[in-house]
Amino acid sequence: MNPIAADLKSADMDTPRKPKVRIATTSLAGCFGCHMSFLDIDERLVALLELVEFDRSPLTDIKVCGPCEIGIIEGGVCNAENVHVLRTFREQCTTLVAIGACAINGGLPAQRNHLPLATLLQEVYTTRPGLAHGGIPNDPELPLPLHKVHPLHEVVKVDYFIPGCPPSAEVIWTFLSDLLAGRAPASDRRTIHFD
Amino acid sequence: MSDSCFSLDGASIAFAAGQTILQAAMDAGHYIPHLCFHPELKPHGSCKVCSVRVDGNMMASCTTPARQGMKVESATTEVDDQRRAVVQMLFVEGNHFCPSCEQSGRCKLQATAYELQMTSPHFDHFFPDRAVDASHPDFLLDFNRCILCSLCVRASRDVDQKAVFGLAGRGIGTRLIVNSESGRLGDSDFAATDKAAQVCPVGAILRKRQGFNVPIGQRTYDVAPIRESDRGGPEKR
Repeated sequence: MNPIAADLKSADMDTPRKPKVRIATTSLAGCFGCHMSFLDIDERLVALLELVEFDRSPLTDIKVCGPCEIGIIEGGVCNAENVHVLRTFREQCTTLVAIGACAINGGLPAQRNHLPLATLLQEVYTTRPGLAHGGIPNDPELPLPLHKVHPLHEVVKVDYFIPGCPPSAEVIWTFLSDLLAGRAPASDRRTIHFD
Repeated sequence: MSDSCFSLDGASIAFAAGQTILQAAMDAGHYIPHLCFHPELKPHGSCKVCSVRVDGNMMASCTTPARQGMKVESATTEVDDQRRAVVQMLFVEGNHFCPSCEQSGRCKLQATAYELQMTSPHFDHFFPDRAVDASHPDFLLDFNRCILCSLCVRASRDVDQKAVFGLAGRGIGTRLIVNSESGRLGDSDFAATDKAAQVCPVGAILRKRQGFNVPIGQRTYDVAPIRESDRGGPEKR
């Protein structure tokens, strides 16, 4: 076992869980920045993979979330498909985690919330100069945008929140280490950042 | 120094006649979370973040006079839970998007949320539609971030003798207004040297052309928590 995995399994983690803890992750109305920050745990990802396996996630390209112990979601809820995915995560995941500013308060996508949706679509697809004037997309496969962008907790119950834009790899690592060790993740005032 | 004392979380706090609980606590170097209080301005008692339990009753410590022998509880889980709920309500009532706010890292609302270990706004967001007033040459007035603490109102009225700002309306309809014919800051006599330009605890009154002069991560409350800088004490006076 590599030293980082040994460290992770120390203390209250003497016995590794079998089967591995299943984790699903996704980005709704997000920028994947939180996923990038998660990948910034670097070689600790190898240690993590000794304890967990990924279900639906950009890392696996699995499209549908199956039963999982942990679901991690970045991004807010901006369209009907986001609502569907979020509800599926809530049904399938024992513990649901909102990661990053957008999942927690809507973030950057929610900057549209004070503008009427019709005005926005008109501006983006028809009236703005330099467009091909193809009209507002109306393909039935496209999910319909919601009137407003919402944070996750306004749609489903969320168990834990990791604020930050994005939260640092250290914060994500500490959170996962706590959760996998069966400890309640501590919200240390020194590590909470909203920016 | 007076001989009068009260108990704050078991510590004996001396106070002078006329002092409030918060003033006496800060003079003694104790931190009680607060947002609408400023040591140089008359207390307003509106934000309730400084609420403490006084002999069993919840009171705003910034407006409650200190009394001999009173028992004040501040740093308890129950009081902090109530304070956190108040701060969460302030977050959802306005549009507080820290990653895109120039005040991030210097913002007392944000720093107080950190202090109270707030990781989510908990409540449903209002996402109110509020204007930005960029009419003043040196200052931006962003109503999205105003928490109605009235510090600018008091500073402008009582220190600057200008009364540039006011609070209009009542209850949930309360809003900050500017005392000029057009209602715009650029048409008022607001100036960079005003006390009112220095006291905004959030990013509602922002000096222009200062953006990112200090990188995120190196700002006031990134370096030290608000309980260090806002706890008062003789060395701060």
